[in-house]
Amino acid sequence: MIQADLNVILPELILAVYAMIALLLAVYSTKDKMGPLLVWSTAGLMALLALWIAGSGSGNNVAFGGMFVDDGFSRFAKVTILLSAAAVLVMGQDYMARRGMLQFEYPLLVSLSVVGMMMMVSAGDLMSLYMGLELQSLALYVVASMRRDSVKSTEAGLKYFVLGALSSGLLLYGASLVYGFAGTTKFEGIIQVAQHGEVSVGLLFGIVFLISGMAFKVSAVPFHMWTPDVYEGAPTPVTAFFATAPKMAAMGLFARVMHDAFGNAVSDWSQIIALLSVASMFLGAVAAIGQTNIKRLMAYSSIAHMGFALMGLAAGTVFGVQAMLIYMAIYVTMNVGTFAFILMMEKDGKPVTDIASLNLYSRREPGKALAMLVLLFSLSGVPPMLGFFGKFYVLRAAYDAGLAWLAIAGVVASVIGAFYYLRIVYYMYFGEEGDELDRNSSPVLWGFLMASAAVMVLGIINMFGVEGAAAAAAATLVN
Amino acid sequence: MIGIEHYLTVAATLFVIGIFGLFLNRKNVIILLMSIELMLLAVNINLVAFSSFLGDLVGQVFTLFVLTVAAAEAAIGLAILVCFFRNRGTIDVEDISVMKG
Repeated sequence: MIQADLNVILPELILAVYAMIALLLAVYSTKDKMGPLLVWSTAGLMALLALWIAGSGSGNNVAFGGMFVDDGFSRFAKVTILLSAAAVLVMGQDYMARRGMLQFEYPLLVSLSVVGMMMMVSAGDLMSLYMGLELQSLALYVVASMRRDSVKSTEAGLKYFVLGALSSGLLLYGASLVYGFAGTTKFEGIIQVAQHGEVSVGLLFGIVFLISGMAFKVSAVPFHMWTPDVYEGAPTPVTAFFATAPKMAAMGLFARVMHDAFGNAVSDWSQIIALLSVASMFLGAVAAIGQTNIKRLMAYSSIAHMGFALMGLAAGTVFGVQAMLIYMAIYVTMNVGTFAFILMMEKDGKPVTDIASLNLYSRREPGKALAMLVLLFSLSGVPPMLGFFGKFYVLRAAYDAGLAWLAIAGVVASVIGAFYYLRIVYYMYFGEEGDELDRNSSPVLWGFLMASAAVMVLGIINMFGVEGAAAAAAATLVN
Repeated sequence: MIGIEHYLTVAATLFVIGIFGLFLNRKNVIILLMSIELMLLAVNINLVAFSSFLGDLVGQVFTLFVLTVAAAEAAIGLAILVCFFRNRGTIDVEDISVMKG
């Protein structure tokens, strides 16, 4: 019996045991030299686990009496999380090593937080949800303040910690109310109680608190205030990590809770999520206009993108979840490429985050400027790029579900948002003469940038099969 | 007669005090940590009250998990606070403002 349960959680188990053994090894050996080695081995292990989950996983497996669910939806989310975390680890390795930040703890904390993320998307019970979420968050608080001697980094960590703990408190209070009024913590029990039209007031309060706790984690307005500061303060490789895997995990958790536990009461929560979505899209689009720091700009950009992903969730249909998964997969790919570019922005060996430093970048580095142009067009949703199709899917999902006003608001917000993406393109191609950035080109970063840009262009042919995979994944979640 | 409503009222009051402590406090980061702890303990009262009311042990198991995580959370918060204090030399809430926002 326990053997069958352990088989279901084997990928998480391998990663967790690996992290603990590697921690012991690193502590009892020459500490400083272990950093680069552990980055590569962690990234390699994550990539292998992703291939294994994608290749061999099948069916709906439930472990530990319904606490842990391994289905198509969780496998899709896990593959995205593992691959993006591996990519970000490899990308940041050189940057951190040159600044003496590559302690061995970094890859291990990242792998522990990835274990938490995998728990989150597989949660089948309020308790496993909470434990997964906290395992992820606690590791991320530490990673945000990785640069211990920097005021900005520790301040980012402190802000993230305080607001993250507040959001965990809200989520937990919601969980306690749901437990009290549904009489169980299991999602399959809650869904029996939370039937359409008979949701009690206490349960409704529980849903609202749960949603606000999770909205913090996906940085949806009005729970977004930590995002710009944490993105700006954390070291750039860590920011790249924050913008990819945890976002996918939090959206996966959001969809999991809303559909697995409250799937019979869609009309009770759909409006709340639609409101979060429209507020995030507009604030993300408007507040980013005044930013001069590219990391802050990417923070507002991610807020806006989360708004679009939530639009798919607000639809409350199978197609909505499919659209959300496609959107998140595209978003993560775009962000990996964009942050590869940001990691290359340096002057005299020091990182630069000012957008104005990109003046006339295209004259000096036409190849990289072109790749960044493709990515920025894709982020803003200009038609020939893959980003447009992601937006198209969520808009259609919202429209099909009768949320036409939300779809229209999405189009308007996307047009406003295009302004600040195109402003970077303007600087790169038509800016004024200014100080030049270094012409370094790390082959790893260059490779990720070009690969991500190529995906944005070539993906329009068949999306590399993501569409079908997302449809199959969504079908296992919504019933 | 003390019923479930009384427990829920106490828990809700403590929870709201915790939230206000986070937002109205302008003095010291340690008070933020205490407020967070207060919120989590309010949730524990809720869980134990429901558990006893429903005659179901799961709520108390949940409470044990919450207590454990709260301890880990406080440890990490204090560690980050020590790093911040070494850099800035202060733990006033008003001084956590190198970045605007």
